[in-house]
Amino acid sequence: MTTLLEISELSKTFTAAGGPGAWARFKRRFSGGPENLPKVHAVDDVSFVIGKGETVGLVGESGCGKSTLVRALTRLIDVSDGTITLGSRELARKTSRVFARDRDRARIQMVFQDAGESVNPRFTAFAAIADPLRRLRKLRGKALRERVETVARQCGLPLELLQRYPHQLSGGQRARVGIARAIAVEPDLLVLDEPTAALDVSVQVVILQLLQRLKREFAMSYLFVSHDLSVVRLLCDRVLVMYLGKIVESGPAADVFAHPLHPYTQALVAAVPRLHDTAHERLRLSGEPMSPIDPDPNVCRFYGRCPRGAEPCKSSMPALRRFGERHVACHFAEEFLTRP
Amino acid sequence: MSTAPALSVDGLCVEFRTRSGIVRALDNVSFSVAKGETIAIVGESGSGKSVTAYALMGILDPAGRVTAGRAAFGDLDLLSATPRQLADVRGRQIAMIFQNPRTALNPIRQVGRQIADVLIRHGNVSRKAAPAAAVEMLRAVGITDPARRAKAYPFEMSGGMCQRVMIAIALAAKPSLLIADEPTTGLDVTTQAVIMDLIGDLAAKLGMATIFITHDLALAGQRAARIVVMHAGHVVETAPTAPLFAHPRHPYTAELIAATPDSAANLEDLAAIPGSLPDLRRADLPPCRYSERCPRKLPACAQPLPRAEAFSGHFVACWNPLPEQALSAPKVSAA
Repeated sequence: MTTLLEISELSKTFTAAGGPGAWARFKRRFSGGPENLPKVHAVDDVSFVIGKGETVGLVGESGCGKSTLVRALTRLIDVSDGTITLGSRELARKTSRVFARDRDRARIQMVFQDAGESVNPRFTAFAAIADPLRRLRKLRGKALRERVETVARQCGLPLELLQRYPHQLSGGQRARVGIARAIAVEPDLLVLDEPTAALDVSVQVVILQLLQRLKREFAMSYLFVSHDLSVVRLLCDRVLVMYLGKIVESGPAADVFAHPLHPYTQALVAAVPRLHDTAHERLRLSGEPMSPIDPDPNVCRFYGRCPRGAEPCKSSMPALRRFGERHVACHFAEEFLTRP
Repeated sequence: MSTAPALSVDGLCVEFRTRSGIVRALDNVSFSVAKGETIAIVGESGSGKSVTAYALMGILDPAGRVTAGRAAFGDLDLLSATPRQLADVRGRQIAMIFQNPRTALNPIRQVGRQIADVLIRHGNVSRKAAPAAAVEMLRAVGITDPARRAKAYPFEMSGGMCQRVMIAIALAAKPSLLIADEPTTGLDVTTQAVIMDLIGDLAAKLGMATIFITHDLALAGQRAARIVVMHAGHVVETAPTAPLFAHPRHPYTAELIAATPDSAANLEDLAAIPGSLPDLRRADLPPCRYSERCPRKLPACAQPLPRAEAFSGHFVACWNPLPEQALSAPKVSAA
């Protein structure tokens, strides 16, 4: 499979003493420079590739850095360190402001979580889908109208709904507007941030099947961010599991869910309710994740919540190691690998 | 488990007056919960799950009105009780956990105080002893360092912790009935599992009846002994959990199960449910509100719904239900 997007050693830190307030101002004023302030390590040294036509799932709990990672690679925010290579172009060095007018802007598009919130309430469905075409494709008049109608048809959005505002549309129809807007400029990579989280199961099925069909028709790659593991299992070829800014496990989706190697993935899989599974294992995580503000680089991020945690976890951060098609960042991966 | 019902709802009807007409949100909703039993009410959004809970708690929106029905809670009919009687029962004997703990908690009051408020009002705890008792409640719901956390405001806590505080408030007066309205929506799966374990453990310890409202069929199946399936303000099927999943009898239940991502090996096998909820303002609503979407519709569906319950406790409001012991899950066409 040819590589479409390569993320290499990507990091994003935020300065923690930002914001208003006298104390924050005081700290900024007398810290002697931003490098001395505490930092939130939202994304920490993350590397992965997305192949052409591949669907990659990204899972992890809220606050683990999924959204920051996605916003960094869609170039909505600037990165602190690392590279993002799309095809043969390096994108991380360009600021997000410059990239907004770049010719490759159209190649990475995003579908946001709840189209009811992410579509301008004063735009009709038509205006919402037309906006990226106007800005990135410079389409006007008849060509614009035709393109919008083609895309709406491809997304199963009846043309008479195009004149409606988001609040006049149902959840499923809004999701279709969000998708149509993103695929209108024919991106190579579509980043989907929990596209079905706000939908009922019956509508969710239709939207997932639509996404699957669009992907085949237009040979797009997907990065699918979700916390619903059963959806990820159905839609994705490969999955990345994130915990506190780091990727802790990756591999083919079916393998990872059938036989999770990292203790965090194990807890995550055990926590998913199953329809026909009465004997649920009680592998439960206790406590809260550790603080992402200047974490100790020599302690495993999962230490303290991990049921397997031991001495080495306190003295060295486990690296992401390779086992066949899978990567695991745990000192005890071999142990879980040999277990039936 | 004793058979005396903790709560028995019979023929509950609720209407909302809106500018565009009267919405018949609930029609003839009946179910019961035994003492110490956990049941789940499942359905898609707009099916009337939450309205049922609000009607029982007497906290319906002013536009809503209970037009018929009884809800026997001990000797009291919750639906015809005076506000004073209700105020006495709520919090002390019936408690509710709301969907979004961040909006349900008072944002400008320390969580320890919010728990103490309930203890003073309903728990026969003196004003002096309340703060310490509140800390004990926080410890019981598994919050580490409860003495410090009692002084925190809701915004200083994570979603999972806020939900634990909600549970502590709900259980402060040791109620005999707990209504949990989507208690884990918006929480991570790992947190969800922990919160659901906590509710289950505490319910078992206190011998509480629990009504658990959710849209997640898999979660309901894992936690509840019996499931009530709602669609457009009707109860369409009530059955013990295992038979319901193995042999759903109402076509809607079957399609709901087939649409759950967990049930399929790949995306193509997942079945969508054609059509959408009927407009509940219409004057000519058919007796079966599912009939217009139903693949098994018969002419007989135009008569009032059957109300008989099978001997096994399996209730189906349908004239043409799926056969009782179907060999395999019914194949429903994908739209």
